Amino acid sequence: MHLAYPAVLAVLLFSVGVYGVLARRNVVLVLMSVELMLNAVNLNLVAFDVWLRDTLHAGQALTLFTITVAAAEIGLGLAIVLLVYRTRRTAAVDEVTALGDRHEADDLADAAKEQAAA
Amino acid sequence: MSALLAAAGSLEPAARSYLSPTGQEIVFLLVGVLVLGAAVVSVTTRQLVHAALWLVVALGGLAVEFLLLTAEFVAWVQVLVYLGSVVVLVLFGLMLTRAPIGRSPDADSGNRPAALAVGVASAATLVTLVVDAFRSSWIDLSGPAGTTRLTGEFLFSHWVLPFEALSVLLLAALVGAIVLSRTKDDRAKPRPGNLRTALTKSKER
Repeated sequence: MHLAYPAVLAVLLFSVGVYGVLARRNVVLVLMSVELMLNAVNLNLVAFDVWLRDTLHAGQALTLFTITVAAAEIGLGLAIVLLVYRTRRTAAVDEVTALGDRHEADDLADAAKEQAAA
Repeated sequence: MSALLAAAGSLEPAARSYLSPTGQEIVFLLVGVLVLGAAVVSVTTRQLVHAALWLVVALGGLAVEFLLLTAEFVAWVQVLVYLGSVVVLVLFGLMLTRAPIGRSPDADSGNRPAALAVGVASAATLVTLVVDAFRSSWIDLSGPAGTTRLTGEFLFSHWVLPFEALSVLLLAALVGAIVLSRTKDDRAKPRPGNLRTALTKSKER
């Protein structure tokens, strides 16, 4: 089998994952896109492992480790998502902006809101 | 065979006549198209639960690709871990964050055109690079490369220490997930049902 097939498929899958991470609004969907990117890397690792005929089989061992780390990551990520949802009542990434860089317009709007409340 | 490959969008100018049958490549291409289509639908659909179900198709297709690359054990681990647990976790996450069942108009954020540009640019760059680099590389698929016996042998003879470190990492992730998802306030406790009231009554007695 030509090495180009799995390599190109992995690249395209990775790009789809990049698009998903950047375009999605729901945190769980962002996590799903991250899984797609990790799987693209897994496909690359397996293909290159079979291509190189490595005696240590570093590619396949690393693939197994990546799958394990991905499972741990999705468990912790969903725990954090649930915590955010319980405290903020939202699962949208662009509404969790407490640590983000704020625009001046937002500050002015907040100040106006506080004045109106007082 | 080569005409068929060319019709299927072969990236190779001339098909190599190796011992390995090129039928594997055709199956790889077909399953690859399925995987890619499922992935695209999964990141673009507006129905959140459907996105998770298309992710199942993409990850299952990738398991088939691993099988075609003779990495059997990795393929079954993929089926067990990804299809068995990760997708179920994602579905639970969607349900617990009250994801709407039907179409949700706000599934995509406002920077969708920028995301599309970045995705297409990275795909174009990397495809050009990869095709240019590995145009004439050939994978010899004869002989076992990833049977369960072989995987066990290399995993437990060369990779024991990372394996054990990874189990510690999994334990840490488990404890961390429990700590994160534990509620501290008493209001969130479930109200006593029939069984619980019966138990407390029997304790009082």
